[in-house]
Amino acid sequence: MCAQCLTLFALNSSLECFPNSVANYIDLAPMPDNYFVRYLPLLIHFLVAVGFASVVVTLSWLIGYRRPSRAKMSPYECGMTPIGDTQSRFSVKFYLVGMLFILFDVEAVFLYPWAVILRKLKMFGFWEMFVYIAIFLVGFFYIWKKGALDWAAPSAKRGEV
Amino acid sequence: MVPLSYYLILSGILFACGVTGFLIKRNIITIFMSIELMLNGVNLSFVAFAAQWHALSGQIFVFFVMVVAAAEAAVGLAIIIAVYRTRETLNVDQVNLLKL
Amino acid sequence: MNPIQIIPHAADYVRILPELVLSVFGMIIMLIDPLLDDRRSRSLSGALALVGSLVAIIATWMQSQSPGLGFWNMVRVDSFSIFFHFLIASITAIVILMSYEYMSVQEIRGGEYYGLILFGACGMMLMSSAVELVLVFIALEISSISTYVLAGFRRRAAISAESSVKYFLLGSFATGFFLYGVALMFGATGSTTIDAIGNVLRSGHIPVLAYMAIAFMFVGLGFKVAAAPFHIWTPDVYEGAPSPVVAFMSTAPKAAVFAVLLRVLFEANAPGRIWLIWVTAALSMTLGNIGALVQDNVKRLLAYSSIAHAGYLLVAFAALPENGIPAAMFYTAAYAFTNIGAFAVVSHFGGAGERRVTMEDYAGLGKRSPLLAATLTLFLLSLIGIPMTAGFFAKFYVFSAAIKANLVGLTVIGFLNSAIAAYYYLRIIVVMYMREERDDSPVAPVPFALGMALALSLFATMYLGILPGRMLDYASSSVSDLVAPAMQTMPVQGIAQVH
Repeated sequence: MCAQCLTLFALNSSLECFPNSVANYIDLAPMPDNYFVRYLPLLIHFLVAVGFASVVVTLSWLIGYRRPSRAKMSPYECGMTPIGDTQSRFSVKFYLVGMLFILFDVEAVFLYPWAVILRKLKMFGFWEMFVYIAIFLVGFFYIWKKGALDWAAPSAKRGEV
Repeated sequence: MVPLSYYLILSGILFACGVTGFLIKRNIITIFMSIELMLNGVNLSFVAFAAQWHALSGQIFVFFVMVVAAAEAAVGLAIIIAVYRTRETLNVDQVNLLKL
Repeated sequence: MNPIQIIPHAADYVRILPELVLSVFGMIIMLIDPLLDDRRSRSLSGALALVGSLVAIIATWMQSQSPGLGFWNMVRVDSFSIFFHFLIASITAIVILMSYEYMSVQEIRGGEYYGLILFGACGMMLMSSAVELVLVFIALEISSISTYVLAGFRRRAAISAESSVKYFLLGSFATGFFLYGVALMFGATGSTTIDAIGNVLRSGHIPVLAYMAIAFMFVGLGFKVAAAPFHIWTPDVYEGAPSPVVAFMSTAPKAAVFAVLLRVLFEANAPGRIWLIWVTAALSMTLGNIGALVQDNVKRLLAYSSIAHAGYLLVAFAALPENGIPAAMFYTAAYAFTNIGAFAVVSHFGGAGERRVTMEDYAGLGKRSPLLAATLTLFLLSLIGIPMTAGFFAKFYVFSAAIKANLVGLTVIGFLNSAIAAYYYLRIIVVMYMREERDDSPVAPVPFALGMALALSLFATMYLGILPGRMLDYASSSVSDLVAPAMQTMPVQGIAQVH
């Protein structure tokens, strides 16, 4: 099958020399070998969705009346009247807060693997995470004292990031 | 099961898109996004190889790549804002005090 | 599930002691910085950073008493890593010494500067002792991200921000390549520890994927050490960045990346090494020297010279391990001290806003400030490779290692390039002593800290030039660490089993 001929030959040939004892650590769910059969329902679903949508749109275009009026042409016919341009400028403060958000958000990534083996790590794991959070708090203290979180502060004080 | 080569080809395409974007785009933010695309391509191949070898270290690597990419994004945006403040443009053709 | 020790020993922490010291000092600096008055100078932070780097040297010495693996084969303390730890810590100390004057002359008040230098140094040290590619990557990024920010530290100068953004974009681009290489290597060998990769690659059958992996990793690391053809960013970044930062980033991160390259190429027994290095080394030497010939800005000239030196250094990488590794290590150290010294003079002479950086500005420096001119002359002579200076023995060892490995073509290219290089270094010396000065305003006196930095790098340059034996012996002793890494590998295979 085409799937087989696409597989890189280098990988297949070097697989034998690797001990497969590590395979025991991950349980692979049994999956049907045939890639196409497994995803066939998804394909059918996709085709039905596309077909239905295009039929509905085409029919309404064919048999519907078109009588445009000012209210109908506005972006939100039964909502607020839009004000101004969508391309207006953001304050640079948004970028600052956005950047800080990314950093403190990603920190949480490491909490997941830690939480999985917390019981095995016992108290050591607890204190290790304590140190980790403390290091983050150093950063937090720094941005806080530098005034980066101060929304209304004059930009001169915020130390130009 | 989806064969490994599909993932590898997709990751190669993502990486190549990133490299192409880096080379032909003119806006600093877009260039930076291209780099992130490259990193995502790499992540995909890490995960695919990790499944192939049944080795977790590939998946752990992805965690670290994500975190480092976020740190890089934060620093990068700060640097880009600094450039914008001094030059009022984000077009690399106009950021040209230093001849390349 | 077999009972795996998942709690580190105290010995594990000793293996990363210098890095711990540097990060703690860096964090203290970051903590006190917001508490200091905005208008006060940050000499307190500078003093703390200096103490931090000195303590790191002591910590390295303590660590050298008990070499071995730590943190489940993540780091390895051996004489190779100790060498680079000492080198990077001394570079850091000298750079901090030369930064005092710079910060006050340029009126930059940010303690973060010193904090970032310490964090960067921490990453670089970690790079030299990491034997696991995950850790190599993290360490590489710690050092890179710090230097991206440091390059833009002259906030008032537009070219500084520009050099920062250039360095950042090309640096992250390079990181992408390095990572893709690591991913492919992981795919080819199923491991991310360097000696496990080495075992697979030594076992005979080398998958095609491994060749691609090495090529990608080499592109990524080649960007970071400014080796041609990945060098285009270097002159721009070096011109715009603050001079002490240039002194730092042209030496310490390069040393660390060369350490990684040595480990990857020799310990992992990378396939296709000689061919790859041959082309890059020849290109770097030639393009660097030809580029330097036409430069009028001294910082740009030194940038091109650093590309050329990366080329000379790479020659050693193509040689046999037993000659090539010590030669490369010696060259790294010799180049680092010489280059730092040269940039210390450039940084002092540049003055406020770094205005005096062109060749004409250096005219008549021999009369205006004989001592400064004499010091710069010595450093330039060492960069040429005149006997009695560090540069001579560095080149000598590299080229003799290349000859022993039968790399005659590469050696000839190297010799020709050294001859070209002599021209532009001598041009600066000639301008300093022979040309009439345009303005004879007195050069600012050298303050104590900068004097210390100059004295230390001068001493190191001369010491390595007159008595190179000890350092070379030490470097030779670390060859066995790289080529015979069968040393007490612990039963645990990386992270994969902590599950």
